[in-house]
Amino acid sequence: MTSAGTKVRVKTMTPPGHIRAPFYLRGKTGEIERILGRFKNPEQLAYGLPAAEKTLYRVRFSMAELWGDAAENPTDTLDAEIYDHWLEEA
Amino acid sequence: MPHDHHDHDHLSPSGHPYRQDNDAPLTYFQRMEIAVRELLIEKGHLTPAEIATQIDAMDARSPANGAAVVARAWTDPEFKARLMDNAGDATREMGFDIGPLHLVAVENTADTHNMIVCTLCSCYPRNLLGLPPDWYKTRAYRSRAVREPRAVLREFGVELPQTTQIRVHDSTADMRYIVLPARPEGTDGMDAAALARLVTRDSMIGTGLALVPENT
Repeated sequence: MTSAGTKVRVKTMTPPGHIRAPFYLRGKTGEIERILGRFKNPEQLAYGLPAAEKTLYRVRFSMAELWGDAAENPTDTLDAEIYDHWLEEA
Repeated sequence: MPHDHHDHDHLSPSGHPYRQDNDAPLTYFQRMEIAVRELLIEKGHLTPAEIATQIDAMDARSPANGAAVVARAWTDPEFKARLMDNAGDATREMGFDIGPLHLVAVENTADTHNMIVCTLCSCYPRNLLGLPPDWYKTRAYRSRAVREPRAVLREFGVELPQTTQIRVHDSTADMRYIVLPARPEGTDGMDAAALARLVTRDSMIGTGLALVPENT
């Protein structure tokens, strides 16, 4: 989908089930730090279902983006692994 | 006096708290584990000895493994480059059986401090560091590490200047992380074995720093 440095936003959808995109990151914008490769989608894998491979990204967010004025230090960062079907270009 | 408590009802004669006996009924997943294990044995897929051997292997993993990796990275620049490029392959190269683990090493420097958490559950590089400490799995650590990492670090005795950038890594999916702590000052002449003794478990989670060698 994209390369390192691309700005992406985590989708705000809230499907039920075994989801690896934490709520606190949904709707937040970050930057792709690196592409990790293709991994089976845990949303199916967790239930023993046939799981499609999805590209997994490491996305870096600033603490200012996540917590606004409550951030201890706005330029500290948080990296998380997010699957491509949870990301949209920002 | 550590044993001089007032609430003696909760203490054994030796002065330690009673631990509740685990004689409650088995939980659903405990029964499930026993059933699956017995089926695997009954159908000849595994032997009880193989299961015991695997449990022993899991219990034998300890932060000493990670410390050896860190000490090698401190003393061998080419190894460090391989570790930063692909930490899984680099640790396998050292002979550690880390299974299919996808490991990412993140390096602490003079102006960057890394810290690992798993907000969703308790992902931890067990194959390299052994079992995670209990606090790593608590809601308090998991929720606070991403929101107020500096406050959490202070509670671990680590005070970092505002000019140090903190990078928190939330192990949300398939990767596991190990922090490559900064090599302490005053360790120039030390070999890898001596350096490894300075590498604590917490320094590889990022809630601590590597120890400074004692003045001799």
